[in-house]
Amino acid sequence: MSRIKQDHSRFRDIVRGKVRRNLKSYISNGELIGKQGNDRVSIPLPQIELPRFKFSSQDGGGVGQGQGKPGDGIGDGDGQPGEGAGEAGEGEGEKALEVDVTLDELAQILGEELELPRIEPKGSKQVVSERDKYTGIRPVGPNSLRHFKRTYTRALKRTIATGEFNPKNPVVVPVKDDMRYRAWTTVSSPQANALVIYMMDVSGSMGDEQKEIVRIESFWINAWLKSQYEGIETRYIIHDATAKEVDEHTFFHTRESGGTMISSAYKLAARLIESEYAASEWNIYLFHFSDGDNWSVDDTSVCVQVMREHLIPVCNQFSYGQVESPYGSGQFIKDLRQHFDVDGPDCSVVVSEIKNKDAIVGSIKEFLGAGR
Amino acid sequence: MIQYLHVRALPPELNVWRERIEQLARDHGLDFHDTFFEVLSYDKLNEVAAYGGFPTRYPHWRWGMQYEQLSKSYTYGLSKIYELVINTDPCIAYLLETNEMVDQKLVMAHVYGHADFFKNNFWFSRTNRKMLDQMANHAARVRRYQDHFGQTQVEEFIDVCLSLENLIDVHRPFRPDVQAPPVRAQSDLPDELIGDAEAVPRMAAKEYMDEYVNTADYLDQQRAKAEAEAAQAQRHPASPERDVLLFLMENAPLTRWQRNVLSIVRDEAYYFAPQAMTKIMNEGWASYWHTRLMTRHILDDSEVIDYADRHSGTTVMHRGRINPYKIGLELFRHIERRWDAGQFGREWETCDDMAARAAWDTKAGKGMEKIFEVRKHHNDVTFLDEFLTPEFCAEQKLFTFEHNPKANEWQIASREFDAIKQKLLFQLTNMGQPIIEVEDANFENRGELLLTHRDEGVELEMGYAHATLRNLYALWKRPTHLATRRGDKGLLVSFDGKQVKERVMKAAG
Repeated sequence: MSRIKQDHSRFRDIVRGKVRRNLKSYISNGELIGKQGNDRVSIPLPQIELPRFKFSSQDGGGVGQGQGKPGDGIGDGDGQPGEGAGEAGEGEGEKALEVDVTLDELAQILGEELELPRIEPKGSKQVVSERDKYTGIRPVGPNSLRHFKRTYTRALKRTIATGEFNPKNPVVVPVKDDMRYRAWTTVSSPQANALVIYMMDVSGSMGDEQKEIVRIESFWINAWLKSQYEGIETRYIIHDATAKEVDEHTFFHTRESGGTMISSAYKLAARLIESEYAASEWNIYLFHFSDGDNWSVDDTSVCVQVMREHLIPVCNQFSYGQVESPYGSGQFIKDLRQHFDVDGPDCSVVVSEIKNKDAIVGSIKEFLGAGR
Repeated sequence: MIQYLHVRALPPELNVWRERIEQLARDHGLDFHDTFFEVLSYDKLNEVAAYGGFPTRYPHWRWGMQYEQLSKSYTYGLSKIYELVINTDPCIAYLLETNEMVDQKLVMAHVYGHADFFKNNFWFSRTNRKMLDQMANHAARVRRYQDHFGQTQVEEFIDVCLSLENLIDVHRPFRPDVQAPPVRAQSDLPDELIGDAEAVPRMAAKEYMDEYVNTADYLDQQRAKAEAEAAQAQRHPASPERDVLLFLMENAPLTRWQRNVLSIVRDEAYYFAPQAMTKIMNEGWASYWHTRLMTRHILDDSEVIDYADRHSGTTVMHRGRINPYKIGLELFRHIERRWDAGQFGREWETCDDMAARAAWDTKAGKGMEKIFEVRKHHNDVTFLDEFLTPEFCAEQKLFTFEHNPKANEWQIASREFDAIKQKLLFQLTNMGQPIIEVEDANFENRGELLLTHRDEGVELEMGYAHATLRNLYALWKRPTHLATRRGDKGLLVSFDGKQVKERVMKAAG
């Protein structure tokens, strides 16, 4: 075994908690930043940072370069922008490449990182759908698929190399050899549909931080499920003492102040499924996030009843994620554990506690690890 | 020699260019040790980079961690390493196998810039140029300890040392007294007479004048002074010690192998320190030379676009931090232009006519000479302190930013020259690390260790400080303390072997 393989497997062993448990508190989920459209998404990568005397990051600030006037924002969040600059590098020329990571690739990365099993879908497996996917570049093709940038880069290179290029009159005209077109391949996959219903408690005790956790977590769950199913439909339900269906934006930005009756959401979800989605054709996933506060014991038993009679029989998996908030009692997860054999192999109820942002990765694995 | 280091002959097409570029570099006045290039596959390059350029380092998990990061970011197409060069004699540099020819040329030109800097910059003058061999010796030693005492035990100890790795004194290798063995001033008097009233130095006086010359007051003064000196001599260390690692090596109750491991970690920290101290200059100098050699001599027409793409990739501006390649390169060019135009000296400094300054050109032509001189004597702190000008800051669109807690956002704070310069110098001082010294090894007269944080106006990250004090305890084996500041109050953080306590002191330290 080469040296680096030894050091690497040692590192993996520490991260998995097999050896050196005392380092556990220094393990963080460092981030590789990827990009999806305008949304930046991050690919989790574990890191161990040994403690040392260092400056508090929020205190410092720094020097940057670029346009803007005093007071303009240059990036939010908790970490210092561009953290890691000025490290003791050894003269490595490292160049960050900007790439568009597609959702498919992201899901693949996620799947590899978390060792997620692929889902065996139910429903009409035999129906095969075909779609075209752009995968490369070729020198022939229809004009509508011309790759503008590639074509002109080639033309520019050619004119410079042949000496035709005139900087005073920089006109570049591509000829036939310069033309580049996008090329595609046809991929086929079995048709299977999935319905994901997200439910969230928006009562007063759920703050911005809790919602942010839900947002990140649901983004990743969506990314994974989308990679597993051809068609995926997402519905959103918010609730305090009553429940209503909303669009995605409202889902993440609503804040109510009322009390909490979880059963209202479960009932609404049951009605929705019953009226619009046939359980035999759809792979149904239910995700519910709350801080674990429910109004009454009575309502909790209503919840359990609705789950038993209407939700669990039709869905692939019922997932309950409990985020920690300073106000919530955190009781509901205990109730669920009591009523369902959540650790049992045949139980389609999965519960997960999400203490903070660092716990998101672990929680995704809990939700999706069963491969249902 | 280790298998990695059998430097294979470069492929002929690369070697032609290497010879040509080396000759060009020498013709332009660059002066470097022999430089060998090795072509590696991306996987091998990631491996070597994970080891910080030295494939012979001691076994430790953190190389594995770095390897994972590098190879993952390469696989996902997020970043890739173009080149790697280490400060040794002969100088060794690595090229990525899959790079295009234009990349290889660029990297070679860049590497000769680094090689010249390593050889000539003052701050590298005390580094061990045979570090490859020494690293291999370190590795052999650590392996032997691991075989003997167990991997986990040795690794745990290394982690503790690494947690204190930044507590070194970068100026120490240049202190003249360090070269000579420490001489302790000792009196010739017999021990029982030291501190005795009789031993108080008296001024020479005739016997009948003695009581007027050596008055009782004078003798009391002298006695008090002697006592204070004696008290100071009893303090350990006599004056605060920046090189905390050395202090621990000499004074902490360590076994022999532990002391050796600590010394290995310390040696390597000192070896890498000049690179952190000259990051901006070193990258700026190498970039200056790759642009100059590439655009004037090496490129052919078909490569211009690709070259421009690569070059702009390395010198791209970041809003949230300084790109050392960009700032270093531009500042060297700025200096060259100023000295070419004679924009220096008393007349220039005192001229406050903006129009005259803008049009100033005495045709002095000293630019090239000046930048060679600058690369010899300066480090990043002095480089920016001496040569940063308001014109340069405006030209480069520099600004300072701060965290606005209300908006939970980082915001541009200022474009004032003084503010920018102050912030930059602060970030670079002591390589951006807090300055922490050993103050007293017999704190409270109980053999406890007191470190002092020399306050720079920025607080320490407390969670980290607590954990680090615990690690320090593992070496010192008696309670450890750190004097620092929170708000405008002094703060004493202590770890007594069981728990961490914080005590607010009245006045700031």
